[in-house]
Amino acid sequence: MSKTGIFVGIDGGSQTTKVVVTAGGKVLAKKFAYTDFDAKDAASAALSEALAEAGLGMDDVAAIAATGTNRQLIDFANSYVNEIVADAAGVHHVLPGMSMILDMGAEGSRAIDLDENGAAKTYEINDRCASGAGTFIETCARALEITPADMGELSLHYTKDIPMKAQCVVFVESEVISLIHQKESKENIARGVLMGISTRLGSMFRRLGIREGIAFVGWPANNVGLVKCLEEDLGQKITVPEDPEYICALGAALCAEKAAKKKEAEA
Amino acid sequence: MNEERKEYWRWAESRWTNPEISDWQGRTITAGVDIGSTSTQAVILVDGELFAYSNMRTGSDSPESANHAMAWALEGTGMTLDDLQYTIGTGYGRVNVPFADKCITEITCHARGANRIYGPSVRTILDMGGQDCKAIHCDERGRVTSFMMNDKCAAGTGRGMEAIANLLGVDIGEIGDRSFQVEEEPKPVSSMCVVFAKAEVAALMRSGWSKEMVLAAYCRAMAIRVCKLLTRNKMEPDFAITGGIAKNKGVVKRIEEIMGVTALEPQGYDTQIAGALGAAIIAIDMLKKKRARGG
Repeated sequence: MSKTGIFVGIDGGSQTTKVVVTAGGKVLAKKFAYTDFDAKDAASAALSEALAEAGLGMDDVAAIAATGTNRQLIDFANSYVNEIVADAAGVHHVLPGMSMILDMGAEGSRAIDLDENGAAKTYEINDRCASGAGTFIETCARALEITPADMGELSLHYTKDIPMKAQCVVFVESEVISLIHQKESKENIARGVLMGISTRLGSMFRRLGIREGIAFVGWPANNVGLVKCLEEDLGQKITVPEDPEYICALGAALCAEKAAKKKEAEA
Repeated sequence: MNEERKEYWRWAESRWTNPEISDWQGRTITAGVDIGSTSTQAVILVDGELFAYSNMRTGSDSPESANHAMAWALEGTGMTLDDLQYTIGTGYGRVNVPFADKCITEITCHARGANRIYGPSVRTILDMGGQDCKAIHCDERGRVTSFMMNDKCAAGTGRGMEAIANLLGVDIGEIGDRSFQVEEEPKPVSSMCVVFAKAEVAALMRSGWSKEMVLAAYCRAMAIRVCKLLTRNKMEPDFAITGGIAKNKGVVKRIEEIMGVTALEPQGYDTQIAGALGAAIIAIDMLKKKRARGG
């Protein structure tokens, strides 16, 4: 079955569904679709686009592994991989030698501690409260009438630290609005918001025990301001791989390939 | 056509004048203003008796909200701001009441107000506000003996309920009744966070749940959450609920069921005025002290 050597990883996230098409550990194509109300539809749509880009068809695919919150809904997958395992596999492939991972999604975040082989050892997870999730940044960016990416850029030019009093995103949104009314600069507000999240993300690492070599994956890892704030909070340089939002999907594809090879060897 | 633009969270503002008090000149007149995160109330007492009150939404400017609420309470009474002999500001925006003689925390005021509204037997008060939730324990004179509050998270506060009202397009005043129009009580919404609960509710609707079922599930989740606060503080059977959510039977009845108690009846009082009423009552004591000092 794995004659084609094409393996697909699908990361069914709460907000976006990411698809990576690989062959021999090399990425041939990557695409995403908004999850909206149907995770399976989103996965199919992103998969067709990615395969089209790679000039491949469904018949060329050896195996599909699904990961992420909605993985079980993607019923056409051949196997399912826990997102922590997928994160570790993806990071180990693109950034070997890392000792910890931060994966931040729209509705949750996790800090993973890796062993010397790059496999997940222990982890901390927050999926109960939006205060450490991507949604938090989006909500505040909306209040500031800018994109989350602009918010990151602007925050680099802050002149003053404004600690946010609230933690709950619902309250912070009101706080941001009242700061806007008080004519506080968007740069300073953006910095305050990102610093607040960083402290909460950092606390997951403090519970695990901070080690040198942290990789940051997930969509918010593209936010330069957030990375800067995290570096300050964790007291070290944070490494962000290229296209950090696809690392978990890539990890799933690698797991699928590994499983197929193992099966082949056994046969 | 503009239905989508309708603001379902908007609760009704109100004002009231006591028709039995017409001759207020020369009597003791005190007032309380409670500036909450979401609503502002002004209460006027004549010789300790409720004379007039107003209950409105808090605007973006606290001093202005205080002025508006008091102007509305005074409206049509013939009384003016100058007739108020002692005014106490309370609530989240208490330092911003321009015409107040003193500020006192809303916890103290709520306990005093609840003591009046529900009678001196009340010991446990759950104040469910727009942005926080407090469990208060008090003695027979309405003095606070202990309290616990959640002001960190919007779950279990009015803001959470407003978000659901808007999402489902159900008027906030109808939520309680509609939440009982279910054949069987569904399991509570599992997400604690308001932001995630909104996503969960949207998914439940898609899977074919009726709005009534979703409301039942959300009211129950909120009741479970606030009951934890009650249990952690001190729960006694003489129990009352104040604040805006006290008007939502969907939450109140479920709290009663979980805790195995029946909340005391507010005896015709608006449950949202408890803080301002307590402030106006404390103002009487303050006025006496001030006069004793010859002020």
